[in-house]
Amino acid sequence: MSSAAHPPIDGYEGLVHQNEKGVKTLSLLVIGVHCALCIQKIESKLRSYKNIEQARLNFSTGRLHIAWTGRSENANTYVHEIEGLGYDVQPYNPAADKNADERYHRFLLICLGVAGFAMGNIMLLSVGLWSTDEATMGEGTRAFLHWISAIIALPTIVFAGRPFFQSALSVLRKGHTNMDVPISIALILACSMSLYETIEKGEHVYFDSAVMLMFFLLIGRYLDFRARRNARSAASDLMQGLSGFAHVLHKGRVTKTLIQDLKVGMKILVAAGEKIPADSIIIEGASAIDESLLTGETLPRDVAQGEEVYAGTINQSAPLTLQVSKAAEQSLVSDIARLMEQAEQGQAAYVRIADRAARLYTPVVHVMALLAFCVWFFAWGAAWQEALMIAITVLIITCPCALGLAVPVVQVLATGLLMKRGVLIKSGDALERLAAIDTIFFDKTGTVTQGRLKLIGHYDPDDLRLAASLAVHSQHPLSRAIVDSYKGDDFYAMTSIKEYAGKGLQGIYKSKKYRLGSRSWCGDGSTTESDSIELWLSSDGKPLCCFRFEDQEKADAKATIESLQNSNLDCVLLSGDRESIVQNMRKTLGLSKFYAQHSPQDKHDVLQKYQSTGRSVLMIGDGLNDAPVLAAADVSMAPGSAADISQNTADIVFMGEKLEPVYATYRLAQKTQRLVRENFALAVAYNCVAIPIAFCGFVTPMIAAIAMSGSSLLVIANAYRLRFVR
Amino acid sequence: MSILLYLIPVALALGLVGLAAFLWSLKSDQYDDLDGAAQRILMDDDEPSS
Repeated sequence: MSSAAHPPIDGYEGLVHQNEKGVKTLSLLVIGVHCALCIQKIESKLRSYKNIEQARLNFSTGRLHIAWTGRSENANTYVHEIEGLGYDVQPYNPAADKNADERYHRFLLICLGVAGFAMGNIMLLSVGLWSTDEATMGEGTRAFLHWISAIIALPTIVFAGRPFFQSALSVLRKGHTNMDVPISIALILACSMSLYETIEKGEHVYFDSAVMLMFFLLIGRYLDFRARRNARSAASDLMQGLSGFAHVLHKGRVTKTLIQDLKVGMKILVAAGEKIPADSIIIEGASAIDESLLTGETLPRDVAQGEEVYAGTINQSAPLTLQVSKAAEQSLVSDIARLMEQAEQGQAAYVRIADRAARLYTPVVHVMALLAFCVWFFAWGAAWQEALMIAITVLIITCPCALGLAVPVVQVLATGLLMKRGVLIKSGDALERLAAIDTIFFDKTGTVTQGRLKLIGHYDPDDLRLAASLAVHSQHPLSRAIVDSYKGDDFYAMTSIKEYAGKGLQGIYKSKKYRLGSRSWCGDGSTTESDSIELWLSSDGKPLCCFRFEDQEKADAKATIESLQNSNLDCVLLSGDRESIVQNMRKTLGLSKFYAQHSPQDKHDVLQKYQSTGRSVLMIGDGLNDAPVLAAADVSMAPGSAADISQNTADIVFMGEKLEPVYATYRLAQKTQRLVRENFALAVAYNCVAIPIAFCGFVTPMIAAIAMSGSSLLVIANAYRLRFVR
Repeated sequence: MSILLYLIPVALALGLVGLAAFLWSLKSDQYDDLDGAAQRILMDDDEPSS
C-alpha cells in the first residue's frame, strides 16, 4: 500500500467527534474492502483494543464507524492498524452521511411497510365481505366491517400515499403531468367515494383496491429507486476522489493536511507511488509522472526541477518536493469536473419510456372516466351518485398498477443477471438508453488494450537477461515489462546501480558499464527516433540491442468489435495517444474511423459533433481524460480497472480483462427493452378488457381486486422471461 | 357474529406488532447495509469474544 511508503504521519485526531458522554467517534472511508474476510479482519483488529466501543464497517459504502472512550489521539493508532492490514484509509465527512437519498430510501421503506400492513388486514376483512351477501351477513355486520376497513385505510392512504401525492403536486405546479397524477386522483376519489358509501351504508367499498394499488405501486417505486440510487452526481465524486491528506513540509516538520486546505506556496512531499494532491511546481527531485488519467498517454512523463505537475496524476519513481501553485478548486482536475457538470445538465433532457407512457396514458384515462359519467348521467338517465360511482370505478380499474411495475421489475431482473456476469448497472435508465444507441466510441488505452506495455519480438536470451538484471531495480512500466517477459530469476549481480530520470538505468557487471534507456543516452544519437516505444541496452557506450514494446489489444477485442459492427453499430476509436500508435490499433481491430491525439476537450467536441447529427452515442473509456465524454455521452461504460472517477461517471461498469461484456450488455439491454414494451402492451390489453366492464357498471370490489392483482402478476411473470431469453 | 368483536381487534393487534417490529428494524439501521449482511453470515465468530 502506498501509505506504507512514508513514515506514519498523524492528523486524524482533528476529525474526531465527541458526544456528551465522552465517547469519541470517527468516520473513515476504507478502500479495498471486497469480502467477508476484509470486514472481519478490520473489525476484529479494532475490537482487540479494550476501549473500543463499536467498530462497524458498512460493506455497501466502505464506511467504517469507530467509537471509543479515551484520548482523541487514539484515532491515529487505529488508522495505522487498518493501513497495516493493507487497506487505504481516507477521512470521511459524516455530515454528508444522512444525505437526501438515504432519507428518501428510508421513507419509501416505511411507506411500504405501513401499506403492506394495511393491505393484509383490509384483505382479511374483504374476503368475508366478498364471500357472502347482505342477507347472510346482516346490514349491521357489513357496516361494521366497512367502518374498520375505513379506519385502517384512510390514515394509511394519507401516510403512505405521500410519495405519489408529493410528486403529483410538484409536477402539477409546473404545469406538467406524470404517472403520479392519475394515481393520486384514483386513490383520493376511491377513498372519498368509499367513505361516502360507508356512511350511507352502501353495498360496495373500494378501500381494499385503493390500498392494494398503493402497495403494488410502492413496490415498483422502491425497486425503481434502488436501481437509480447509485446514479449520484459524478462531478462531486471527482472532487471527493481528491480528498484525503497531503504531507506538508513546514519548518522542517511534516504534517498531514486535508487536501482542500492546501494553499498556494505550501511545500508538500509526495512519495513514489502516491497521487499528487494539487497542481504544483517541482522544487526538488526528478521523477516520472503517470499522467494517463489526464492525457491517456501510456508512458509516464519525465519531470525535473521547475516543471509543473498536475493534481490526480501519480508520482512513479522517486520522492518529490513540490510547491503548490494552484489551490484545489482551480486545479486541472477541477476544470474537468466543471466540464462534466455541464455535460450532466445537458443529459437531463432524456425522457424515460415510463414517463412517455404516462404522458399518453393520463389524458386517455381521465377522458374515459369523464365519458363514463356523461354517458350514464345524460344518456342513460342514471342518478348522479350512480354515474359518479361508475366513473370512479373506471378510474380505479384503469389505474396504472401494471404500468407502474412494467419497467422496474424488468430492470431489477436485468441488473441482477448482469451483476452475476460482473457488469454493474449504476443508473436506472442506463439499459433503456443503451438499447437505443447507434454509435460506439472506444477509448484506446485500458479499454480496447490491456493498458500494460508488453515486450514484442524475439531477442538474444543473454541481452534480455542483462536488461532484466538492470530493469529489476526500477518501477518504470517499461522496466517491469522487461522483467515480466524474462521469465527466470537468475539475474546478474549488477553493482552501482543508478536510475537517471528521463534517461534510464546504469549498472556495472564484471567491470563493464551497462545502460538501459533511451536511444540517445545508450546508443548512437545519430539515428532518428522511431515511432514505436523502445528501450536500448548498451555496454560501455556500444549499443547491444533494441527492445520494442506495445500495448496489446485485449484478447477478445477484435471479436467483440466485429459482433458490435454486425449489429449495425458504428464503432469509432478515440484516443489521446500518438497518431501512429492509434493507426496501428485501428488496423488490428478492423475499425474504419479513428481520432488520435485528442485532449479531453477535443474528445468532447467530437462527441458533440456526432450528437448534433442525431447520433446516439455509447462511450467506453477508463481514464480521467474520458470522464467529460463519459458524462456527456448518451450512455457510458467503463472497465473495472478504470480510474475511480470514470467508474463513478459511467452508467455501467464491467469487470474483468475482457471486452466481451460490452456486447453481452448491449444484447441484454435490447431484450430488456423488448420485454418492457411487451409489458406495456400487456397493460394496455388489460385495459381494453377492463374498461368496457367498468364502463358497463359490472365492476364490484372483488372484480377490481382480482383484475388489478392479476394484471400485476402477469407483468411480473412476463418480466421473468428475461431469464430464459437467449 | 359477536366473536368478531374479539377476533378483529386481536388480528389487528398482531398485525400492528409486526408493523412495529418492521419500523424498529428500520430505525436501528438494519436495512442500511444489505450487501454487508449477506457477507457477514460467512464470518466464523464461534470463538468467545474477549
